[in-house]
Amino acid sequence: MVPLWMYLVVAAALFSTGLFGVLSRRNAIAILMSIELMLNAVNINLVAFWRYNTPLDLSGQAFAAFVFVVAAAEVSVGLALIIGIYRKRQSVIAEDVNMLKW
Amino acid sequence: MELTAESIVFLIMSAITLGGGLLVVSARNLFHAGLYLMVALLGVAGLFVLLAAPFLAGVQVVVYIGAIAILIILAIMLTPSVTQLPAIFNRQWVLNLALAAFLFVLLVSVVSPIMGDLGVDDWGADFTEENPADVPADSIVKLGEDLVDPDKYMLPFEVASVLLMAALIGAVLLVSPGKTKTDEGDED
Amino acid sequence: MTGLLQDIGFSRDLAVLIAKAVGVIVVAVFGLLWTLLGIWLERKWAARFQDRVGPNRVGPFGLIQTVADTVKILLKEDIMNRGVDRWVFNAAPILSVLAVTLIWAVVPFSAAWIGTDLNIGVLYLLAVGSLGTVAVIMAGWGSNNKYALLAAFRAVAQLVSYEVPMVLSLLVPVLLSGSMSTQEIVRQQHIWYVFAVPLTMLIFLISSQAETGRGPFDLLEAESELVSGFHIEYSGMKFGMFYVAEFLHAFTVGVLTAILFLGGWKGPFAEDVAILGFFYLLIKSLFAYWVLVWVRMTLPRVRIDHLLDFNWKFLVPVGLANLLVVAFVWKLIPDTDQINSFGDAVVPTLALLLVNVAMFLVIGALLADRGRRERARIQARVAGTDLPVETVAGAGD
Repeated sequence: MVPLWMYLVVAAALFSTGLFGVLSRRNAIAILMSIELMLNAVNINLVAFWRYNTPLDLSGQAFAAFVFVVAAAEVSVGLALIIGIYRKRQSVIAEDVNMLKW
Repeated sequence: MELTAESIVFLIMSAITLGGGLLVVSARNLFHAGLYLMVALLGVAGLFVLLAAPFLAGVQVVVYIGAIAILIILAIMLTPSVTQLPAIFNRQWVLNLALAAFLFVLLVSVVSPIMGDLGVDDWGADFTEENPADVPADSIVKLGEDLVDPDKYMLPFEVASVLLMAALIGAVLLVSPGKTKTDEGDED
Repeated sequence: MTGLLQDIGFSRDLAVLIAKAVGVIVVAVFGLLWTLLGIWLERKWAARFQDRVGPNRVGPFGLIQTVADTVKILLKEDIMNRGVDRWVFNAAPILSVLAVTLIWAVVPFSAAWIGTDLNIGVLYLLAVGSLGTVAVIMAGWGSNNKYALLAAFRAVAQLVSYEVPMVLSLLVPVLLSGSMSTQEIVRQQHIWYVFAVPLTMLIFLISSQAETGRGPFDLLEAESELVSGFHIEYSGMKFGMFYVAEFLHAFTVGVLTAILFLGGWKGPFAEDVAILGFFYLLIKSLFAYWVLVWVRMTLPRVRIDHLLDFNWKFLVPVGLANLLVVAFVWKLIPDTDQINSFGDAVVPTLALLLVNVAMFLVIGALLADRGRRERARIQARVAGTDLPVETVAGAGD
């Protein structure tokens, strides 16, 4: 069997990649996509630990399902916000949204 | 790690996931970034299958790829950049890269047996579950029962549905153009 | 077959891999070859519905027509206009066909033949259906054509919207049989589910018809109006692949209806003689497919806003109510998790049938009432003027 730490390393790499994307990309939608990567890394962690440590107790899978729900809710509201900002400012670059009131 | 079919599939799925992830954060064309996100999510679904969680893999494809990624791509198409962006990263990207790399190294040092092999004790975690117990065949049934069991996860389950309702109403309100025009809210 | 290969001397992993690869090739090729015969069948049926004959020149009864069409399409020039995104443009038709062919992996052809008996078979169906939606977006974007893009938006709105009632109706056979595996659903149908939950089958048929973009919901391509919607820019074999994908998806919906509601491969002696089960499945799915072609040829096209209205304001509430009522009744009936034979299944089936008929009547009454109020409103609005009001004789409901 594949050792547990390999799954965790993959999840760590995905998380770091997502973190770099969140911090460095200028386009707001790209930032949202990187957040999705981070959430998926967390999910991999949860399911890997569930499989290797407590395969009889389904808590790991239940929490992964809740992460799905939260990610879906966050993406829909985030994209609604971005589209609203785009209508006002004609731009989705995160740096351009730098005034509190227009 | 011996070269079984499972480890080969694991390597392929991990390569797909990490490759897709790297391409997402570095793609110049945003639409391509959306497609690479779908590839990365597909890789994660494959990892779920390897981890004996086929239900989560199915939900991953339906929810993430079939809904969230499509929503992101629709938003990408609805908000085109007026000018072609010369730069996709902001000015602090070198610092951010160093930070992400440092975090990765730190995490790897904790979860993998590398530090133990290098002779540093008390640093890494001791994951010794090489041969975990088998997953029961009716784990899906048990998952369903747990989600509605009052002693287990019924409350988070209900709160999750309230959260989705709030997100739904919020998203519709945020994009509807207001009362002066005719009501043409987004279909989502 | 695994045993055979192992005896030859391959290691166990490799034997399993080769056996599965051969299985994959057999199932996929069957699906794609069936397209040749099926398209002929559809054209003949469509022609008869429209009081004409259909293809009858090429080969006996026009059977070779599809082959001739395929050769013609293969020889066409492959046009790509300036500015298309090559990878995306080329990958879209492939993904479209892939999404449909993958469904055949969980179709139980008989008691012993199934591609792979996933214990999440129904969820797998949904997942693969979502992949088809991605192909539509890729086609619309990759064409570098704003009309294709708009059509792709519309198509995605339709496809994503109609997944909801499809999920709701798919949950009912899962509930009744206690498992998401397609083989298990067929095995548990000692009485076909169409006799227990006809309303669910209706919802499934309607939402699947919309998912495949056929029939009254064919705004996705609208051959006579919008010049092919999101595959405007595709020519030659790429368009051929979209066409194959659409047709195969329609037939696959027929097969799924047969599996989920019409008892799949069940029939006299089906457990003993495997090929009989396959034959029964074919007949049932052809029947379901014929119903879909009938609907397609009869009803006029629905406008996009009416389409989405119909989904969110009618199908989803009805689907939800249906699921809730069926679950409630199923819980009330004792011993529903031990249905092992025809005799055990009679009482639950009759109970569910009664409840379904009641739901039909309630929905019919609600619709009739709403229709009456609409008509009264229109009458009232026109009453003050001299406009002639055309009233439809009879209380239509």
